[in-house]
Amino acid sequence: MSAAAATAAASYSLVRQPAMETGLLEVSMGPHHPSTHGVFRMDVRLDGETVVALKPVFGYLHRNHEKLAEGMSYLASMPFTDRLDYFNSMTNNWAYALAAEQLLPIEVPERAQYLRVIMAELTRLVNHTSLVGFFLNDLGALGTPLLYAFRERERILDLFEQASGARMMCNYFRFGGLRCDVPEGWLARARAVVDAFPRFLDEFEKLLCENEIVLARTQRVGVLSGAQAVNAGITGPMLRASGVNYDLRKVDRYGIYERFAFRVPLGSAGDCYDRFMIRLLEMRESLKILDAALRDIPTGPVMGNAPRVFKPAASETYGRVESPKGELGFYLIADGTTKPYRYRVRPPSFINLTVLEDLCVGHTIADAVVILGSVDIVLGEVDR
Amino acid sequence: MSTPAWHEPVLQQFPAVRWDGAARALIVPPELARAVAEWLTQPDHGAWDFCSNVTGVDYLPREVKEKSKRPDGTEEIVVRTEPGSLQVVYHLYSVAQRSGPLVLKQVVPRQAPAAVSLTPVWRSCELQEREVYDLFGVSFEGHPDLRRILMWDEFTGHPMRKDYAEPQDYEWEPTPHGDVLEKHRRGKVIIA
Amino acid sequence: MTQTLLNLLAIAVPLAVGFASLFAFTTWLERKILARIQNRIGPNRISLPFTRFRRLFGLIQPAADGLKMLAKEDIVPRDADKLLHLLAPILSLVPPMMVLCLLPLELPYATAGMRALQAAALDNAVLLFFAITSLNTLAVFMAGWASRNKYSLLGGMRAVAQMVSYEIPLVLSAAVVIMAAGGMNAQAIVEAQRAQWFIFTPWGLAAFLIFFIASLAETNRSPFDLPEAESEIIAGYFTEYSGFKFALFFLGEYLAIFAVSGLAVTLFLGGGAGPWVAAYPALSCVWFLAKIFALIFVMIWLRGTLPRLRVDQLMGFAWKFLLPLSLLNLFVAAAALKLAKPWLSWPVGALVLYGAAVALSRSHRADAAPRTYSYAE
Repeated sequence: MSAAAATAAASYSLVRQPAMETGLLEVSMGPHHPSTHGVFRMDVRLDGETVVALKPVFGYLHRNHEKLAEGMSYLASMPFTDRLDYFNSMTNNWAYALAAEQLLPIEVPERAQYLRVIMAELTRLVNHTSLVGFFLNDLGALGTPLLYAFRERERILDLFEQASGARMMCNYFRFGGLRCDVPEGWLARARAVVDAFPRFLDEFEKLLCENEIVLARTQRVGVLSGAQAVNAGITGPMLRASGVNYDLRKVDRYGIYERFAFRVPLGSAGDCYDRFMIRLLEMRESLKILDAALRDIPTGPVMGNAPRVFKPAASETYGRVESPKGELGFYLIADGTTKPYRYRVRPPSFINLTVLEDLCVGHTIADAVVILGSVDIVLGEVDR
Repeated sequence: MSTPAWHEPVLQQFPAVRWDGAARALIVPPELARAVAEWLTQPDHGAWDFCSNVTGVDYLPREVKEKSKRPDGTEEIVVRTEPGSLQVVYHLYSVAQRSGPLVLKQVVPRQAPAAVSLTPVWRSCELQEREVYDLFGVSFEGHPDLRRILMWDEFTGHPMRKDYAEPQDYEWEPTPHGDVLEKHRRGKVIIA
Repeated sequence: MTQTLLNLLAIAVPLAVGFASLFAFTTWLERKILARIQNRIGPNRISLPFTRFRRLFGLIQPAADGLKMLAKEDIVPRDADKLLHLLAPILSLVPPMMVLCLLPLELPYATAGMRALQAAALDNAVLLFFAITSLNTLAVFMAGWASRNKYSLLGGMRAVAQMVSYEIPLVLSAAVVIMAAGGMNAQAIVEAQRAQWFIFTPWGLAAFLIFFIASLAETNRSPFDLPEAESEIIAGYFTEYSGFKFALFFLGEYLAIFAVSGLAVTLFLGGGAGPWVAAYPALSCVWFLAKIFALIFVMIWLRGTLPRLRVDQLMGFAWKFLLPLSLLNLFVAAAALKLAKPWLSWPVGALVLYGAAVALSRSHRADAAPRTYSYAE
């Protein structure tokens, strides 16, 4: 055991003594649990403290979102998309608007494009700070980094409230643009938040990235290889932490992302530490995008020429964005009426959980919590 | 639209596969699905290594009215019934070559729908095919762990089908009490 | 006879009552300090009923918490082992209360007769302290087992492993002081530090640090609070306890913290020594408590700052770092005391200990290091 503690945990070996054969302990972690990030259950089979098998159980927050959308008009589903990944309402809105704008020829004006990018990148900051805070909370730093991260998140949520009227369930995007323009002085306030952010990131990195306990508990824990990740459909920071260069902002170049110069950080080992650090580095890149967008944003209308009644001809389309958790896609089948025939959400958190068992087997139960934290799930999206 | 013709090599290799131009998708017969999938993952056939989205669509049988010309020149309206189907739609992308989406569809009948699982080829299909099984009722041959995922295990029915009838009482209890018992006595609750 | 009895009561009762009220104060202190570290305020709402006194910095919060705990329903799981379930909190409370008598507190009103009866005057007070505090392990495991809950069982097993492992560095670091003072009598140890506190020697400092870390592990404080790891196993061994029994566990844990901090103050920080004690002997009690609270402040600070260790890392830390270091410390201290040449033994001792600590920590976790990342355009 001493050797295994110092080397990769996957090579955990136990010497079995037949006279002392013990049984496996079956624990059901969740759905009421402080660390499963929502109503999520994991049926874990333990040998002492080592995880031997792990089966996730979904569906505690299934709200039948897809069928509801079949009975509503296209735009009426927009507030429901806020509630999918309830931390990142803006990117959910954008994914849906993007997919719907592929069904009809709709032009989005320049100012709306810039504001969309600003909102999406602010959402990325919100998500990654919350994640880093919760991740450290799961590690046992009882709330201190979480509350520091939330202090920054509060500033951004105030911006969202001033722009859209709500902190979290913003419902801000429309087909062809945005619901309304940002109020006066908003851009200056956003600029102030963006300028103050690097100091927080520096503090965070200094406090935690060289902390021995964090390093010892997250390095070489939950290693995911790049090939395994691509085959399992993993997207987002989890994929990039395994070394695969696939960021939809660069690949699909949706919106006006090609005008911004930002880099994509890539991990090397694919363990929890890499996933954690990649998110911190992505925040820095988002700050660059925000800086450029806030500088170059033009004046003008924020709503394009979307028709009053959204009634696309019979066709189908798949639109996807790089949400902070991964590839969020919407598959829409239109049949010529005002309601979609099929409305499907491709949820990144749900698919990222495909590999949860593989990552956790061989580690201890404490690591299982850390690994789940690094996958970054939100149950609203997993269960829809 | 100027999407490249990624589907053409597939049509050449597998003649039984159809191309649906309206939906821009490859209609693959279930018995060929695994072979097509494995063929597509190879690097010189497009390196489609990333299956992004797997979903099901339910088409009920419907009547289609078509105008056709009779031999003597008059028009007539022919009504035919298009059979319903359940379609399993796969959106494929290539991370290596940064291309996509390539859409595959397995079309199966609505009675005893049986498709072939592509989980052995792309592991991302695992949870999503379970969801299609749960919500649409399509069983996938070769799936490692086919059971319900979003609904609870004892649930009957497939909610996303277009002809799904909701039960009167979702919260069926083995020992009904209170107003549920009252409703049961009045015959207003379907206790399965 | 009655005089002896009265003397005993005069010592025991104020100790029990005093430390219990200090416990209430410490819960308030912990919540406030943790809140401030976390950029919050902490409890500040409770006001005295029927009076004009509002808020008062939340000092009445512990009273409100106590009332709440008393009023809660006592839920016992149906299949739990009822006797053990009841005994465990009592067993976790009694040993810390017993060892509180072993601390050399100079009670301000004590007469010579009382002082002779104080447990701190026992010739093997320190040994008795360690013997009695080991009972905590038993209480924790009883709680974990009797609750018939897998989370509690996990917590209990982790606790036993942890507490047993960390007792050895704890005792070995105390052994350094016993060697230097020449005996285990608590009052004699305090006397021996009249010239210089043991913490101001290199081996004393090392022993103090080891003792402090091991005492964090013994009392299940963060970063060693694995048995009650909230984010993994809810509350560990006291998941199934509610109401008054939970309060008893809490009380037991804090009294253990007082006890072990008190021992640290006795062994390393000179007991009740401090300015103006010669003039006002009653101040020594105050200084003793002040030093205990300084240590408790550091414990709370660590709780708010550090994440938690995993169980195998915790064990590795005890057996592969603290134990060799405390053994080495023992040798260094023995050599220094034998040589009796401070100008030589101090620098050499300090160097040896520091070098050993660095070497051990490098070999122990040689491969966890920050990384640099590549970027794609």
